[in-house]
Amino acid sequence: MVWRHIARTLRHGPLTLPAVPADEAATQALAERLHATSQRLLGRSLSIRQVDAGSCNGCELEIQMLNSIVYDLERFGLRFVASPRHADVLLVTGPITKNMHEALVRTWNAAPDPKFVVAVGDCAIDGGVFKGSYAITGGVDSAVPVDLVVRGCPPTPAALLDGLRILIEANARA
Amino acid sequence: MSAADLIRAGAPQPCQPWPRHLLTTEGWQAMAVALATTPSVELLGLWADTREVHALFHETTDGAFLLASVAVEAGWYPALSPVRPAAAWFERMVHDLWGHSAADGLDSRTWLDHGKWGQVAPLSARPAASLGAAEPLEFLTAEGEDIHQIAVGPVHAGTIEPGHFRFHAQGETVVRLEIRLGYLHKGTLGLMRGKSPRAAARFAARLSGDSTVAHSIAFAHAAEAAAFAEPPPRARALRAVMAELERIANHLGDCGAICNDAAFPFLLARYGWHRESMLRAAATAFGHRLMMDCVVPGGVALDIAPEGPAAILGALALLERELPNLLRVYDDYSSLVDRMVTTGIVEPPLAAAFAAGGFVGRASGRSFDARRSPGYAPYDALAFGVPVLTEGDVDARVRIRIGEIRESTLLLRALLAGLPDGALSVPLPMTSGEGIGWAEGFRGDIWHWLRLDGGQIASAFMRDPSWLQWPLLQSAIRGNIVADLPLCNKSFNCSYSGVDL
Repeated sequence: MVWRHIARTLRHGPLTLPAVPADEAATQALAERLHATSQRLLGRSLSIRQVDAGSCNGCELEIQMLNSIVYDLERFGLRFVASPRHADVLLVTGPITKNMHEALVRTWNAAPDPKFVVAVGDCAIDGGVFKGSYAITGGVDSAVPVDLVVRGCPPTPAALLDGLRILIEANARA
Repeated sequence: MSAADLIRAGAPQPCQPWPRHLLTTEGWQAMAVALATTPSVELLGLWADTREVHALFHETTDGAFLLASVAVEAGWYPALSPVRPAAAWFERMVHDLWGHSAADGLDSRTWLDHGKWGQVAPLSARPAASLGAAEPLEFLTAEGEDIHQIAVGPVHAGTIEPGHFRFHAQGETVVRLEIRLGYLHKGTLGLMRGKSPRAAARFAARLSGDSTVAHSIAFAHAAEAAAFAEPPPRARALRAVMAELERIANHLGDCGAICNDAAFPFLLARYGWHRESMLRAAATAFGHRLMMDCVVPGGVALDIAPEGPAAILGALALLERELPNLLRVYDDYSSLVDRMVTTGIVEPPLAAAFAAGGFVGRASGRSFDARRSPGYAPYDALAFGVPVLTEGDVDARVRIRIGEIRESTLLLRALLAGLPDGALSVPLPMTSGEGIGWAEGFRGDIWHWLRLDGGQIASAFMRDPSWLQWPLLQSAIRGNIVADLPLCNKSFNCSYSGVDL
C-alpha cells in the first residue's frame, strides 16, 4: 500500500509552485538569480538559523512553509540549520522580549562572521503592536545589528523568499 | 456542602453570562477542602486583578460553569495547587504579574518573571522597581545512579518557539523533564488595559498566532457578553468558517510535522501541501492566510469574498480525495507506527485531573468541547462529532486530529451551504461590565475574561489551552527515550506564546 501510493504520487508529477501558471515566471527568474548569486558569493549554500525572540508564532508558521514542497527553499541553496555556529544568516522574529534579549545576543555571538541578520515581521522592526510594553526592548535592532527587514504580520512565504533574495543580491554588489 | 454549593454561597458579582461569586477567605479555604474530595469539579483557569484572585471551574456532573473569587489580604490568598496541581503554574504566574502569593502553594518559584523587567508585579496597583538580578531558577532534581542532566533551550534547534527543557536522564531514558517558560512574555495583558475592545482585539489575535481566529472569537465573545451585544448571524457563521479552516490547516501541519519527527518526510510533504492549499483558500476568502484580525468584537471585519466559498470547497475536495490514502500509508508503514504507538502516554485519569482539552484530552478519554458545552452559535444548530480515544499516546493524538479534520470538513460544507444574509457587525456600546467568553481552538477550549470600565478594558485574562497541557507533556515523556521528545512535543504542540502572555 505504501509503495503503491508513493508511486502514484510520483506519477502525477510535481506539485511545486512553478506548476501554478501565474507564479511560474517569477519563480523561475528568482531561481536563476538566486542560483547565480549564491554560487558566486557563498559557494552553493546559505545557512539560516531561525530565532524566535518574542513572536506570537505566526511568523514561525509561515517560515516553516518555506520548507514545504510548495516553496522548497533548499532548491535555492538556502537551508535551515540547527546551530548558530553553522549559520550565515539569523532570521529573527518577534518584538525582542526582555526575557529573550540575552539568548538572542548569545546566539548572534555564536554565529561566525560574516553574518547577516534578517528581522522578520512587523514586530521585529520596532516592536509592532507590543511597542511600549514593560516586557520588550523593541525591534531586533535593540539587541543585534539588522541587515534587512521583511515586513508583514506575518510575512507570506513568498515575501520571505523575496527578502532572502534581496539579501543575497545586495551583498553580492557590496 | 459540596464544592459547587460553597462557590454559589459567595456573594454574586455581575459577570456575563455567569455571575462571579466572591468568597471570603474562609469560604475559599472550605471550597479547597471540598475540592480535594470532588474530582468532578475541574479547574479550567486561575488569574487575578489588582484586588482579587479568580478561578473558573467546570462541574462535570451537571455541566455547570462556576466563577469563584477571593479578595487578596495583605498580599496572600489560599492556594489551590495542593488540591488541583494544574493550579501551580497559574499561581506562579499570578504572583509574577500581580504580586499575589498563594499561601501553602505547591511551588513558589518564579515563572514569567526572569528578573529582567526592571520591576516586579507589573500588573499590580503599584509595581515596584526590582532590586538587582534575579536568583537563578532552581530546577527540580532526580536522584539515582548515573543520572545526568540535559539542558535544552531557550533557543531550540528548529523553527519553533523558545523555552527551556531540563531533562534528568538515566542513559537514554528520561527520568524527569521540567519545562521552564516565560521567554515570550510580552506584557500583553498590561497593553490591553485602557483600550477599547476593538483596539485590544489585536492583542488577543496575537497571543498565539496559530490560534489567532479562535482567540479572537473567545475575546469577542467576552467583550460582547460584557457589553450585552449580540453579533449578527452572518458574523457568527463566518467566524465558524474561519475557525474550522484554522483547525484543519493546523491539524494538517501537525500531522505532517509529527510524522517528520519520526523520520517520515513523505507525509510531511503531502500534509504540508494540503496545509498550503488551505491557507491559500483562507487568503482568497478572507484576504489573509492566517485570517488575523478578521474577527472583531461585535462581528467580523470583512465579508467572505465572492470567490471564497469555491476556493474553500475546492481545497477541501482535494484534501478529502487524498486523506484516506495518507492514512493508509501511515497505517502500513510499520517503522512509523512503531515510533507512534505507546510513545508518550498520558493516562486518562491524569488528563482528567488537569482538565486537558483538545487532542491531548480527547486522545486520553475526554470528550469536552467548548463548541458543545457551554456551546455557542452557530454550533448549537450544527451536527458534528467529537472523536475520543483512550490510548493517550502519540498515535492517538494523530488519529484525533485526522478525525477532527473530517468533522471540520463536514462543518465547513454545511456552513458554506447556508450562510445567512445580513449585517457583518454591530457596534459595541461604551459601557461598563464584565464578561467571560470561550471558543474551541484547534488545541482545545480557550477562555477569555475581561472587565470594561466606561468602554475601556480595566482588566483582562486570556487562558490558552496549553496551560493544562504543558504539564502533561512533562509526565508523558517520563520513561521514554530522550530522542522521542521532539515526537512527543510535536504531538502536544503546545503554545509557548499562548501561556507566556
